[in-house]
Amino acid sequence: MTIEAAGMGALLVVAVMAVITLATRWGGVYLMAFVPLGPRTRRFIQAMSGSVLVALLAPMAVDGDMGARLALLTTGVAMLVFKRPLLAIAAGILVAAMARLV
Amino acid sequence: MARTHTEQHHLDASLTWAGFRQLVPISAFVTAFGAAFGLAATQAGLGDVATIAMSALVFAGASQFAALDLWGAQIPLATVALTVFAINARHLLMGATLYPWLRHLPAAKRYGIMVVATDANWAMSMQVFNRGRPGFGVLFGGGLALWLFWVIGTAIGAYFGNAISDPRRFGFDMIMGCFLLSMVVGGEKNPRMLMIWVAAAFSSLLAYWYLPENSHVVVGALTGGAIGILLKEPGDDH
Repeated sequence: MTIEAAGMGALLVVAVMAVITLATRWGGVYLMAFVPLGPRTRRFIQAMSGSVLVALLAPMAVDGDMGARLALLTTGVAMLVFKRPLLAIAAGILVAAMARLV
Repeated sequence: MARTHTEQHHLDASLTWAGFRQLVPISAFVTAFGAAFGLAATQAGLGDVATIAMSALVFAGASQFAALDLWGAQIPLATVALTVFAINARHLLMGATLYPWLRHLPAAKRYGIMVVATDANWAMSMQVFNRGRPGFGVLFGGGLALWLFWVIGTAIGAYFGNAISDPRRFGFDMIMGCFLLSMVVGGEKNPRMLMIWVAAAFSSLLAYWYLPENSHVVVGALTGGAIGILLKEPGDDH
């Protein structure tokens, strides 16, 4: 099912995203009143929320141009070395811009 | 001043204000991230209204960036919904860990506080609670500060995004990817997580090549989650 981004479509998608996110903010508290989250559920949720980011990134790295790949590589390495997200992102973008200059 | 455990759930205007001020120092970063999102969102084709509405109503950075990756003239609503849920499911865990204190509050206050719960103020409030002090000021007041600067940053980014004609040349198309990667690398790193990530990456790529468009996000998320169930964490049995 797809939605036209034009007109009110974009705002509808934003509204759906907002409702789902609010449900995640309220859901944990609500569920705990009935049944505590077990260790298996906790492990699944923790692993899933990291995995979805990796799943988004993998095709970007494989299909991207040299600028995109070098940007991701730079951000990854900078994050490991300096542990500063903003710095790592800025470095990645700068490398992408330089790679496309040549 | 000493407070008993039952008073830790106390929340009033002065605690909220104190919590707000406590999170202001990191607000410069939040504004910068918001600006990055605003910039990326205008490039993805979101209008100013949709961009700012998303930051104000969703208020969850990683899921907002992820939605941009799926944005186009036609938006796959179900995929966006599942992706947003998968990324923000960690809020379920936040609510669960706060429950011992939240359960003392009336429902309106309990769920009202959770509206602005996000990674930074949740982590700080848990620290405060674990020291035996009232933590809802940091959670709620701090959350309001984070929300305010996130929205302001988004508006700034959207404003400049409209002024840039060729964002690719400046590498701005990589803001989203670099942001998401910094979240992954900045998170928990150990052999168990590495195996989960590898499984997520491979299954995502296979789905990307051989399954219908956009299914790779959900496939990767579920594969990683399933591996997460199979691989136990050390000291998980408490």
